[in-house]
Amino acid sequence: MNRLSDFMLPDARSTFAGDVDALFNFINVVSLILLIGITIAIIYFAYKYRRKSEDETTPLITHNSKLEITWSVIPLILVIIVFGWGYNGYLNLTTAPDDAYEIRVVGKSWLWEFHYDTGFVSVNELHVPANQPVKLILSSDDVIHSLFIPEFRVKMDALPNRYTSLWFEATEPGEMTIYCTEYCGSAHSNMLADLYVHSQEDFQTWLETADAVDETLSPAELGQQLVQRQGCLACHSLDGSTLQGPSFEGIFGRDRELQDGSVVTIDENYLRQSIIEPNTQVAAGFPAIMPSYAGSLDDRQIDAIIEYLKTLD
Amino acid sequence: MATSESTNIKKIQVRRFKPDENPTSNYLTEERGLWAWMTTVDHKKIGWMYLGSIAIFFAVGGILALLLRTELLTPAQTFFTADAYNQLFTLHGAIMVFFFLVPSVPAALGNFILPLQLGCKDVAFPRVNLLSFYIYVVGALFTLFAIFTGGVDTGWTFYTPYSSSAAGGNVMAMTFGVFILGFSSILTGLNFIVTIHRMRAPGLTWNKLPLFLWALYATSIIQILATPVLAITLLLLTMERLLSIGIFDPALGGDPVLYQHFFWFYSHPAVYIMIVPGFGIISEIISTFSRKHIFGYWAIALSSLAIAFIGFLVWGHHMFVAGQSSLANLVFSFLTFLVGIPTGIKIFNWIATMYKGSIDLKTPMLYVMVFLFLFTIGGFTGIMLGALAVDIHLHDTYYVVAHFHYVMVGGMVMAFLGGLHYWWPKMTGKMYNEMWGRISCAIVFIGFNLTFLPQFVMGSLGMPRRYFNYLEQFQGYHVMSTYGSYILGLGFLMVLIYLTHSIFKGKKAPANPWQSRAMEWQAPSPPPLHNFEHTPVIIHGPYDYHKPMSEFQLGIAGSHNGHGHHEHETETKTVEADK
Repeated sequence: MNRLSDFMLPDARSTFAGDVDALFNFINVVSLILLIGITIAIIYFAYKYRRKSEDETTPLITHNSKLEITWSVIPLILVIIVFGWGYNGYLNLTTAPDDAYEIRVVGKSWLWEFHYDTGFVSVNELHVPANQPVKLILSSDDVIHSLFIPEFRVKMDALPNRYTSLWFEATEPGEMTIYCTEYCGSAHSNMLADLYVHSQEDFQTWLETADAVDETLSPAELGQQLVQRQGCLACHSLDGSTLQGPSFEGIFGRDRELQDGSVVTIDENYLRQSIIEPNTQVAAGFPAIMPSYAGSLDDRQIDAIIEYLKTLD
Repeated sequence: MATSESTNIKKIQVRRFKPDENPTSNYLTEERGLWAWMTTVDHKKIGWMYLGSIAIFFAVGGILALLLRTELLTPAQTFFTADAYNQLFTLHGAIMVFFFLVPSVPAALGNFILPLQLGCKDVAFPRVNLLSFYIYVVGALFTLFAIFTGGVDTGWTFYTPYSSSAAGGNVMAMTFGVFILGFSSILTGLNFIVTIHRMRAPGLTWNKLPLFLWALYATSIIQILATPVLAITLLLLTMERLLSIGIFDPALGGDPVLYQHFFWFYSHPAVYIMIVPGFGIISEIISTFSRKHIFGYWAIALSSLAIAFIGFLVWGHHMFVAGQSSLANLVFSFLTFLVGIPTGIKIFNWIATMYKGSIDLKTPMLYVMVFLFLFTIGGFTGIMLGALAVDIHLHDTYYVVAHFHYVMVGGMVMAFLGGLHYWWPKMTGKMYNEMWGRISCAIVFIGFNLTFLPQFVMGSLGMPRRYFNYLEQFQGYHVMSTYGSYILGLGFLMVLIYLTHSIFKGKKAPANPWQSRAMEWQAPSPPPLHNFEHTPVIIHGPYDYHKPMSEFQLGIAGSHNGHGHHEHETETKTVEADK
């Protein structure tokens, strides 16, 4: 039975993944037994009662109440077991302990923002402690997204008009992938985030130093880091290829036609405006879909990104 | 309903009747020419026009699927851009669901067979029948318009707020097309219900009604009750986009989850619109090719109605992770399991029908066996998805994609192909090549499993659906699935070729090549324009295989009923018939 789950399921790395897997295996095994039985019956009957002559007649068997009750009641009992088991597991999955560590999650087309209790915001990477309940409180800035962590067996939609939540307790440190599983447009399949599970001490260390500025970095180097971390590259390429937004290659100083037909020269002011209020001056030929970074990036970081973009000739 | 009608019993004289093996004319030789076809009110010709249309849509949707699978051979971009891919999967889903699956059995095969099985000349409202075909055509044209004016990339579910935002493409034209299409579905359902109630031949009581008609009856009820909700939903979506009235879009003060409730209130019953007629076909074929009375007639007939009824109450199981309350999840999960019971009952009854039968593994019967195997897998994986804790993990992954295709292709399309082969001699008057039929069936079976079994595995492993790019760890499964889809495509292509070939070069089909007891086989192949030259009188049930064929004959009403006839045996028998 465990072989089956090893083959079909990702590693179980949360406290309730084992329960989910047990039910998954139970349904699989019972189904497999019944399927084999049904298949054997079909093949056996097809062989045993194959037509031997063209004018055969068959006995009149219209129904058999005992048999019909049997094959109605046994499946009914089985599905009630599965129902109860599934609902019980679901209750555990949706009821977060009171002492859970809360992280706010915001889905935007197409990135994930994670807000920690220190005020630090990470984009497309989530850091959590192991062996401690963590509650994610989700919402979306635009369309519906859905946050899925296969190894934890958790998933929840992020909605634009209300908060939803999920919780988990990771059993061991490690790295995993977070997926968006509600179709949200062009870059839906690139809306991935990295999940880092740290030991509790490492998590505290990470949280304390996460927004510490590395003073040794030049602005352009910091900008390069930020562009990667903030999910910019999901839509803006560095090599000139067109994704959902214009490429960053050679962007600074270039003339750009806007949707209203006017032409602007891309300077510091245009770039700053495009980061804070992206949909006020949209490049012609691209949809107005970029989320705002107001509040996620401070002035120093915006300056650093602009310095970095200047280097991309 | 039956009791109120059987009050006016009268006795009529009938004579034994054999179908004419060499009729001088049939529905294909009369009213010839393009104009005659386009304006026909003959249910058989309308059935053909539907069959032609859905075959085209199935081919288009299938080619789209092959393109999708080809793109997924590699994890990164291969042939299409992300936007093109998103439009392709949207069109594949929308075309297959709305333009193929929904009308396939009821409108194409049902139209042809229903009046024949009832022993009447046509459906109750022949002109409405033609109208519903043209409504279908207009709906299809709107969809083509949407494709050529920007396409749609919302997925066939049109979830808000994505679909009500500017990003979705020409959602308006597409939804309007689907909106129009709904009326075609409603009118067909209405027509069938009235026909089954009012136009059964003398002697055809409710307990002799073929199970295909019970299935169509259940389907028609869903069509009439559920389709208006889809129309309302799409209308609200239109109002939101055109007039900016906030209904579903939170930016305007609406609620996107409300849309999901509305949409699934139609679309879940709609999967029963697609599959229940397939159940009916299975009952007909399994009884005919086992040459045995169907086991548990009432269990099968009533379980169709039970599925239709419970099917209305399970829509919330599509929204277990959409933020609906735990109580709602509890109720919907429980009701979902209840649908499994009547479905399981059907499977057991069909298998029991084979017991002590005289089984002939002709192509339709092979498709039935394929159906039983694949649909059982589809059903079990549905149980898996109904279990709340497990569904949280599997929701919106390829597991769901695989489950849906096992039910819809493995179930519905196999039943449709079985039915198409079964009734082909009746419809065309020609026999298809049995050997090619069996070979194609085997290729379809292999191709199908190779395509969709790996999707269960990758879905369980966490591969989300509707992904244009994916992580490399899933590539092996995707490659297997893509090669499987090519084999599956080849299988379908072979079916198309030998069926088309048989129309021109096939052997002439006798009136009743399968020695079936059902009424449509007591008419000549192909049937005359008005199906039966005389009003048939049903003496035996459609599954009375315990009597030899020579004793099994249809009666025709005696001359005092105004149907004078002299060519046939003069043995007379008095039957009690309602009406």
